[in-house]
Amino acid sequence: MKNVQDKKRANKSLPFFFRDEFKVFFIIILVSIFLLISTFSFDKVPPILNRGIQPATFPKGLLVIIITLTSFIYFLSFKNPWKKEKKLPKTFFLTILIFIIFIIISKTLDFFLAIAVLSVFVSYNWGERRIFYLLLVSIIFPFVVFVFFEMILGLRFPPGIITNLYYY
Amino acid sequence: MDNLLLMMAPMFSSKLLLVLLFGTLFGLILGVLPGLGPTTGGALILPFTMTLDPLSAVVLLTSIYCAGTYGGAITAVLINTPGTPAAAATCLDGYPLAQKGEAGRALGMATVSSTVGGIFSVIILVFFAPILANLAYEFGQPEYFALAIFGLTMLASIGEGSPIKNLIAGAFGILISTIGKDFMTSIDRFTYGINELSVGIGFIPVVVGLFAISEMLTQSTLLDQVFKRVALKAVKLPSKDDYKKTWKTILRSSGIGSFIGVLPAEGGTVASLIGYSEAKRFSKNPEEFGKGSIEGIAGAEAANNAATGGAMVPTLALGIPGSATTAVILTGLIIHGVRPGPDLFREQPEFLYGIFGAMLIANILFFIFGFFGAKIFARITLVPNKILWPMIFAVSVCGTYSLSQSIIDVWIMLFFGVLGFFMRRYGFSVVPVIIGLILGELVEGTLRQSLVIFDGNWLMFLTRPIALTFFILSLIALAFPLIRSKKNKKL
Repeated sequence: MKNVQDKKRANKSLPFFFRDEFKVFFIIILVSIFLLISTFSFDKVPPILNRGIQPATFPKGLLVIIITLTSFIYFLSFKNPWKKEKKLPKTFFLTILIFIIFIIISKTLDFFLAIAVLSVFVSYNWGERRIFYLLLVSIIFPFVVFVFFEMILGLRFPPGIITNLYYY
Repeated sequence: MDNLLLMMAPMFSSKLLLVLLFGTLFGLILGVLPGLGPTTGGALILPFTMTLDPLSAVVLLTSIYCAGTYGGAITAVLINTPGTPAAAATCLDGYPLAQKGEAGRALGMATVSSTVGGIFSVIILVFFAPILANLAYEFGQPEYFALAIFGLTMLASIGEGSPIKNLIAGAFGILISTIGKDFMTSIDRFTYGINELSVGIGFIPVVVGLFAISEMLTQSTLLDQVFKRVALKAVKLPSKDDYKKTWKTILRSSGIGSFIGVLPAEGGTVASLIGYSEAKRFSKNPEEFGKGSIEGIAGAEAANNAATGGAMVPTLALGIPGSATTAVILTGLIIHGVRPGPDLFREQPEFLYGIFGAMLIANILFFIFGFFGAKIFARITLVPNKILWPMIFAVSVCGTYSLSQSIIDVWIMLFFGVLGFFMRRYGFSVVPVIIGLILGELVEGTLRQSLVIFDGNWLMFLTRPIALTFFILSLIALAFPLIRSKKNKKL
């Protein structure tokens, strides 16, 4: 309990734009306003065909609710500040970076190569150094998963430099 | 009598029994592993159910649900980390009792009370789901709209964390459901010219992202965490004395759990906390709670497993999921072409009673597996995260890809993984997003159709007694957290 109060105090001592509640408020409002603006570009149903409300009305209503409630929690945080969260470790950012690399490889080279690369990097980044386990997570297990999906579910995976070796 | 025979059908089908055995074992493994659980596991296994017939698929998902909810207790008792959020209250007394060298007794009580709670809730399900389904015949579009709103407000008010944040998350979930072609007019919404988005965002990429991938990111921040494990010799059946002490608590918590489960909320988690606090309130020895009270374990475990049957009541009778896991089960039903609701009770009773029977058997199976195999299941937690999570990632990616065979779905899964991580970090529960997403089409569809019926007059909603009742209940649900916080301040 005391720890939570200390974290809250630490958060309150920061300038408002560095506080978690402001960052969360700012991002939600920014995204919601962007989405709200884009609802104005939705096509409209001609009045003769229109039954009930226009397709943009419902999402507009939802976004207004989200903006209102977000402003409300930000307002409440003046009285009751959020606790300051611990700094994220390097391993978290590296895992995110590996996700980005996964997207690039899966788009340009090969879906399974991307899984293998991600698995080996995550495992290594999280502290695994034993070669057998690195091979297990990067080659053996993805291969088993591939064969399982391919044979049992009859799934066809997207073409790529490794997947093509199997298919052709 | 006929219904009882229909319930026993899974016992006479070798295929269903095999599915039940696999589902229970898989559910236990998922429950034992902290960070996984029946919701994530159900979402991961959903693509595999495509090879099964609808009944086997739903039996698989429900057995994972029942066993996974219990499995969390094993880790809660032995390593003081709940395998599932629903087992959080079990840690409070389970671990202290295990530290006293009575891990077998603690797990024995957890196993017995979970089984009793689970079976109790199946009985509730068998009796109440048809009644609720019959009531639903009276429902038109406005009533369904009001009911869905009530479900979402309940989720906000008795779910975990801040009610306002839960409401935002729920509204966000509904907003996701509006992406793609509008189902009434085929007008594109939020597609930004991306063709793949015009079919909308699938449920599986969102669930796997919000649960599995966000948990993977959470694990990446906890690599220095060390679990203190308590040794377990064998699970012991509760003694006569323990039964005497706890039978009332088990029954009370089973009732509480079933009731909470029926309400659309985070079923098991909330049920176990209430079950635990009520056990303490009624106990003759409340001072023992938190120090290894056997009643505390019984109260929490009976309640969280009782919530499983309870949560299935609105899912099957109305098509409104009672928890995140039942949202996955509901998706499984829809994928297999089964539309839950009153018609299902009239047209396919053998299907429904097959599910009820399977849940009953799943509760008995996890009792047997838990009793004889808890020691082995506890060893699963020894698999290091640095090996486990890359494997889960591979299954998540292939499973997500397999449903629509779209790489975009995999990217959407990753996006929701990152989003889910930050949501949880800043106190937004991800469960309302899932429920909002699954209820989104129902909410919007019934609202728009109601407005067509009412000729655009919103006030006409108030002329429908059932809808009005649900709106009043929604208002009460919204006011409840305010009343609760004022009451707490006074106390």
